Amino acid sequence: MPPPPPTGPHRDHLRVRASLAFTEARFALRRVLARTGTRWRRSLQLRIAVSTLLLSAIAVGLLGVVLVQRIVTGLVEAKRRVALSEATAGFAAAAQQAAQNTGSPIIAINALAREVANRGGSPAEGVSLVILGTGEDSTGRAVPDDVLDASVPPGLRRAMNGPAAPPAYAYTTLRYRDGRAEPALAIGSPLFFPSSTQVYQLYYLFPLTQERATIALVRGTVALTSGLLVLLLGGIAALVTRQVVTPVRLAAGAAERLSAGRLTERMTVSGEDDLTRLAVSFNLMAGNLQRQIEQLEELSRLQRRFVSDVSHELRTPLTTVRMAADVLYEARADFPQQIARSAELLQTELNRFEALLADLLEISRYDAGAALLDPEPADLGSLIRRATAAVEPLAVRRGTEISIRLPAVPCVAEVDSRRIDRVLRNLLVNAVEHGEGGPVEVTVAQDETAVAIAVRDHGVGLRASEIPRVFDRFWRADPARARTTGGTGLGLSIALEDSHLHGGWLQAWGRPGQGAVFRLTLPKRAGAELTGSPLPLEPNGARPPRLALPAGRPDA
Amino acid sequence: MKGRVLVVDDDTALAEMLGIVLRGEGFEPSFVFDGDAALAAFRQVRPDLVLLDLMLPGTDGIDIARALRAESGVPIVMLTAKSDTVDVVLGLESGADDYIVKPFKPKELIARIRARLRQPAESVSEVLNIGDVNIDVAAHAVRRGALTLSLTPLEFDLLVALARKPRLVFTREMLLEQVWGYRHPADTRLVNVHVQRLRSKIERDPEHPEIVLTVRGVGYKAGPP
Repeated sequence: MPPPPPTGPHRDHLRVRASLAFTEARFALRRVLARTGTRWRRSLQLRIAVSTLLLSAIAVGLLGVVLVQRIVTGLVEAKRRVALSEATAGFAAAAQQAAQNTGSPIIAINALAREVANRGGSPAEGVSLVILGTGEDSTGRAVPDDVLDASVPPGLRRAMNGPAAPPAYAYTTLRYRDGRAEPALAIGSPLFFPSSTQVYQLYYLFPLTQERATIALVRGTVALTSGLLVLLLGGIAALVTRQVVTPVRLAAGAAERLSAGRLTERMTVSGEDDLTRLAVSFNLMAGNLQRQIEQLEELSRLQRRFVSDVSHELRTPLTTVRMAADVLYEARADFPQQIARSAELLQTELNRFEALLADLLEISRYDAGAALLDPEPADLGSLIRRATAAVEPLAVRRGTEISIRLPAVPCVAEVDSRRIDRVLRNLLVNAVEHGEGGPVEVTVAQDETAVAIAVRDHGVGLRASEIPRVFDRFWRADPARARTTGGTGLGLSIALEDSHLHGGWLQAWGRPGQGAVFRLTLPKRAGAELTGSPLPLEPNGARPPRLALPAGRPDA
Repeated sequence: MKGRVLVVDDDTALAEMLGIVLRGEGFEPSFVFDGDAALAAFRQVRPDLVLLDLMLPGTDGIDIARALRAESGVPIVMLTAKSDTVDVVLGLESGADDYIVKPFKPKELIARIRARLRQPAESVSEVLNIGDVNIDVAAHAVRRGALTLSLTPLEFDLLVALARKPRLVFTREMLLEQVWGYRHPADTRLVNVHVQRLRSKIERDPEHPEIVLTVRGVGYKAGPP
């Protein structure tokens, strides 16, 4: 039983499949094109080879055409000249015969035709003769007799009608009764008989078959050689470019490896050509680069070493001074008032000196690139509680209340606890010191990849122009303000470096009279890239700047 | 109170100052200024505690700590000018119990020394077990089967602290307070390094601990008894 013809839905299905196949094919084509395009853009060798191929194809093609043209013209011209001279001789003989003839022209013509036929074709082998009458006797005779009268082109016949027409010629097609045809040159001349007023036309038809074969051969040969020549040129171009491109590619590869940090990478040098010079200068460059980088590394190593040495050399005497000052300070009650006060000053200033020294060493460690991250999972909530506890005494002295808002689940992130503790303390101390006694709020939030801690105060706040500068070293919001606190002026710079070391952000927000927010955002996994912060930088309910309260008034 | 302190420091001014402070607190200091002479002085003085400067001419502090540990569990407190990870961890790994970064206040130093010289409270005979490790607290002895394990006083304290509350997970901060006597936040690397040292002595395979377990993100706890 034959399968039923496709019904509607079935046909639709087929159409869908066909259109799918079409789309697929289109995509495949586009992919191939794209790939080819990419190769085209990337490969100098391909471009040069292809353009050489195209240009040489055009040039060789033009040359071939001209060459063939010349050969054809020469061949045909030679044939024509030979044919004309033979025909002229034939015409002369015919005219002579006609002049001697006194009978009916028909007889003479028949005799002429017979003679041509008997000689096996006169004036030369393979030449046909057609005699056509005009006027009363319009019959034609052809030798050999399978040649059609129509082989004589009408244009030539008309040209022959003049009273004293010279021998004329035209190119034509020689047609035979059996349908064969070949190109030929027809040369004709009128034939007059003294005994008759009847004018006859005598045509010799020279077949050009030989010439045509020769021309075809020449054409074929020229086309073949041209094609081969073009391919050869393309190949040569590809080879030559390859010779140039290969060292360039080698140089590019070496440069890539060099920039990837393999400083010992060099190119092999052989020969004395330009490309060798490329290799030599590349190696020279690589050598200089390596030397400079090693010099910088050496400098940085020395710098680190220096910092470490200074640290040690400075700290040992400072320890002695510190202890001596402490002993004096403890015993100050036994001293006269002036000396006791001196001991106190010595003590407090030593504290500042120590803090400054510690911060300076820390910052120079960052400058030397010697700061190392030592991350391990830690709960930021407990880090904040610890930092808050440490700042608490200062907060109490300032009458500041620190409140902490933590999410219900612990915020665990891979951090260097020592550094984050330092950052948090810094932010808290800053908030307490600039908070003018207003409350300080610490908010913690987290998302999939990051944790954020925002420390908000309600103090004098920051002007927009000050925000980018708060992290500058030794920067003070108001130089005229008394240095009431023991801050070193490096705290926020170090905090910023600490957060950057974690791949984190430390950002500031502030408005005059509305306090400031410092937000620390850290990736949960050490070294991960941050894309956003779980907390907004600008606090809810912040008023636009122009509505700001006069500086100095507490916000709450 | 035990009070013989050996100060190993090449800086004579600092050594003298340390002497003044230590004597003021009732300790009995003796001094050695050269790393090479440290071990001989230790054997002669038999101190209760060694204050060891990390950077010394001759044998450096790290080698001295290693040598001292090889023959004694004496508490070692390092004096260091470098708080960088590598130096401190190296010192702790070579056997120092605690460290103090220059410049320090005399009170800090005394507190560190006192914490290390603290006498354990007289306890009735108390025996603790974690896994196959048996701890006799009063006798200061730790055994696995018939094998006696030799722990320093600090390592012993650490193990006992964990073993006494086997269900409790100790944060590093808790251990710092309980074992090292820090009232304020301190360097948690102390805990990490000494847990490693303790494990290398009591665990069958320190890579897969069964006695002192890590609770990721929180701290440590004792293994099941």
